[in-house]
Formats: sequence, structure tokens, C-alpha cells
Amino acid sequence: MGLKEIRWHGRGGQGVVTASELIAEAAILEGNYIQAFPEFGPERMGAPIKAFTRISDEPIKIHSQVYTPDIVMVLDPTLLGSVNVTEGLSDDGILIVNTPLGEGELRAQLGFNGKIYAFNATKIAMETIGRPVANTSCAGALVKASGLVKLENLLDVTEEKFKEKLSQKAIIANKEAIKAAYEAV
Amino acid sequence: MARSMAMAGNIAAAYSTKQINPHVVAAYPITPQTTMMEKFSEYVANGEVDTELICVESEHSAMSACVGAAAAGGRVITSTAANGLALMFEIVYIAASNRLPIIMCVMNRALSAPINIHGDHSDSMGCRDSGWIQIYNENAQEVYDTMFMGVRIGEHKDVRLPVMVNLDGFITSHKIEKVDTLEDAEVRKFIGEYEPFYPLLDIENPVTYGPLDLTDYYFEHKRQQVEAMEKALPVVKKISKEYSNYTGRNYDILESYHLDDADCAIVTMSSTAGTTKFVVDKMRSEGKKVGMLKVRLFRPFPVEEIRECLSGLKSVAVLDRSASFGGFGGPLFNEIRNAMYDVDGKPSIVNYIFGLGGRDISAVQIEGVYDRLMTAQAKMPGDVHYIGVRGD
Repeated sequence: MGLKEIRWHGRGGQGVVTASELIAEAAILEGNYIQAFPEFGPERMGAPIKAFTRISDEPIKIHSQVYTPDIVMVLDPTLLGSVNVTEGLSDDGILIVNTPLGEGELRAQLGFNGKIYAFNATKIAMETIGRPVANTSCAGALVKASGLVKLENLLDVTEEKFKEKLSQKAIIANKEAIKAAYEAV
Repeated sequence: MARSMAMAGNIAAAYSTKQINPHVVAAYPITPQTTMMEKFSEYVANGEVDTELICVESEHSAMSACVGAAAAGGRVITSTAANGLALMFEIVYIAASNRLPIIMCVMNRALSAPINIHGDHSDSMGCRDSGWIQIYNENAQEVYDTMFMGVRIGEHKDVRLPVMVNLDGFITSHKIEKVDTLEDAEVRKFIGEYEPFYPLLDIENPVTYGPLDLTDYYFEHKRQQVEAMEKALPVVKKISKEYSNYTGRNYDILESYHLDDADCAIVTMSSTAGTTKFVVDKMRSEGKKVGMLKVRLFRPFPVEEIRECLSGLKSVAVLDRSASFGGFGGPLFNEIRNAMYDVDGKPSIVNYIFGLGGRDISAVQIEGVYDRLMTAQAKMPGDVHYIGVRGD
């Protein structure tokens, strides 16, 4: 597989870092090496933030931020236009966006020629969790679009990671969001 | 059987501290150290350790409590960063001078002013003459493993010195990585039972720590302290080898990476050594003869071993993550060029200061350093350069 680099875009408070960690932790279950970390800086609710996930079948040596991602995931559609989400992403890369727009509109807006997955994670979150928290559905979509980890491993680590923080009902809802997003892209 | 766990560097440090199960931990919270002590406090609250956790009112008190507990005969661990380390500075020297094998994790962070919570080495480099053994770690796995080696090194009868386990603030302290862990029983077997020397609590054999020591004997005691540091070097090597055999994860005082047939090399420490190895892999695949030397053990400084590694190279760049104001280049550069001074046919050696206040250093920037080394092998103009700073 070699080294795969993911860059996550979202806003403070949307669970961006948690999503970056969920994918990494799922990859560990498959025997891979990982890194998950935010862009270190002030953490302010609502401000644009980035997080990064690296996955590799060999030990990961690089410790810089991710500058040339293989995959970009945008959790918040309002970032488009203010943040250059395709920076460093080549046409071989994958762009996944939580948006009510269709793929064609999105491609025209961003001028990106690579593979685009447009899906409405916020809608999925509202229907499953009942709140516009798109991080888990975005993780589910990323699993489908990238094939980097198995869906069941993402579901397992979600259960494990949330069991001390969320009610069983909320955990089930988040797992439903993951599955629905996986089916939607 | 060992388990692979997803852990940030701070959690790896907390988890290894739990497995060491020290008698006393005393600490005061400071970013980016805080999450280690939060996690460790949780272990204490859950009854998972026997440790007496002393929540003090400052870092000065934290190290003072550690000195007292270690002199009493306890196995003692603490942790701090940046301004916290600066505040405990006075007692940092006292811990080493009393020959107390305390373990201290330092999540390396920039010193104020201006205030900055991110990673660089200016805090621990300020303590480089304090008499502590200093080990710099590349990633969370190294942090986890070095804690156990640190216990054995510091407590070794020829050494009896405190050990500073350094990791890059945020870059390593807050980045989640895969860490292969040992079982508690495996840790206990490796570190063994602590046998204190001259503990204060041995009331049948009373001793005094830190008495007045003027022109009559102070110099001799300092000379002995220098000797203890010299003796620490082979002990660090021996314990590293023993731990490597025990776990299958290789450790040494230095890590030489593709140096054997290299023309030029970068010398650096901590997480940047990892990024440099990544660049070496790329450039080697393009047929370029580049290598890297990672300095894990900075105190005591392994002069002979460094000479062996760097002799035969044409040019070397030393990458320092701290500035020495008014000095001739950064602290690592000072040591490296000094070590190489008497070597026949020594390489040309230049210095780069980078990453102050946590500024990211990219693979592209490191490749740029190699490119300059390769094109100007005989002699680079100037001695001290900067990477990624405006106005340079």
C-alpha cells in the first residue's frame, strides 16, 4: 500500500480530530502503522481547522504536516470558497466533500480534475444522530471512497472510542451514520 | 503478549509510567505536558498504581518533592515543559548533584517571550550543563521504550544520575501513533526492584544530603559528578542493547542511517530525524549518496562514536531546533564541530537553525539542505544558516 496521507478540513468543535483518529485506529486493527494529529495551533470553536491521518504498511518516518495529500475530506461545506481545500492534491488524488451540491457543480466550483465524491453528510447525521455532527458519516464515506480500512473495523473502533463518552443510543446512531454514508458514496 | 495501541506521545509516557509504578510522582501541569499527567492521575484515581501522586503548586516544588522522595529512597518520576522547566531550574541541578536517579519527561517547548506553546528544544538545551542524562526521542514508541531504559540507566550503580526523556512538544506529545507495548510483568522483569543507595529512610544508617561543601571538597565532588557522566555512556549503550534484545526494537545512543557510503549527511535529533530519514529514502531511490545521523543521547555527548560515524563524509549539516543567542551556532552544532576538530580529513560542517516555536519543517526543506550540501561540498559560504524563517 505504501504511505497514504489524508487531510481533513473542518471547523473547531465538529469532531474533525476525532474522525482523523477513528480512521487511524481502524488501520491499526489491520496491522498498519498510523499517525493522526491536528494542525497544532489555537483551538477555537467554529474556526477553520485541519487534521491529518497517515496510514502505511511500514513504519512511518515523516513527522511534518501533510503537504501533498492522497485524499482530502471536507467536513463543512461552508469552508469551500474560504479555504483552498485542493492545495497540494494532485489529479490522482481523491476529494470527498460533505455538501448538498452535486458532483458536477462541485467540480466546476473547485476546478479539480481528480476523483470527487460529493455527499450530504449533514443530512445523514440529522437522520441518524439527530444533530448536524458530520464527523462519523464523513469517516464512513472515506472508508468507502478510499478502501484504506474495512467498514467493520471503523465500526468497532467507533464503539470502543465512544463507549466512555456517549450513551449506547448515541453510539448506535453514530454507527448508523457511518453505515449510511458508506452506502451513499 | 505485547499489544499494539494507538497512543499520543504523552499517553505513551503516562502508560509507561503506570507500568513502572513508581513510588512517587510530583508534577505541575503545563502545556504540552498536561495530558500525560491527566492520564496518570486517572491511573492513580482508578487504583491502577501504588504511586503517591503529589500535586504541587509549582514546578519548583515539583522537582523539590522529587528530590526529597528520591533521597528518601523512592523511584521517582516527573514531567514538565518550557517555562515549567525554567522555573524548576535551580532544583534540576540539585537533583543531579545529589546523584538522584529521577526520571523526567520533557515535552520540548519554546520558552517565552513572546509566549509560544509549540515545540522546540530551547527548554532542555538550557539544562544541558545541569548534570542530567538527556535522551531525545523520535516518536511515541521511542518515548515509551526510553522510559524503561531510563529507569535502568539512572539507577545503575556506576551512574546514579537523573534522566531527562525528551520528546517534541505537540509534534510527538500530541500525535497519535501506533505503539507496541509490553505486558506489565515484562516491564517489571526488565526494570527490576529498586535498590536505593544511602536512602534517608534507612534510619539505622543516617546520612546527610546536600550539606555545606566549600573550597575544601566541592571541587572533588564536581569532578566525581563529571566522572559519573562519563561512566553513564557505556551504561546507556549496554542497557540499550539489552532492551533491544529483550523487545526486538533496536536502540543505541546514535542512529546511523545510510552513512556507510554517503558523501554528505544531516545530523539532527527527535522527530526531525524521522522526517530526514524519509528524505534520505527518497533521495537514495534517486541514486543520491546521502545519509543521516540521529543523536539520541545528547548528555553525555558520545564524542568517539560521532567521530566514527562522520569520518569519511565530505560535508555535514547539523540541524538545531534551538538558538544559542550570541553563541557560535546551535548547541548540537557546537558539540558536533568540536568533536570533529581533530579528525584528519574531517568533513566541512555547517549549521542550520530550524523550527523555533514549533514552525513545521517539511521534507522539501530538508531535501533543500541536502541539495546545497551536494552542490557545495567543499565549503559552504557562512557557518550558521536558517530554514523557513522570513527575512533570511
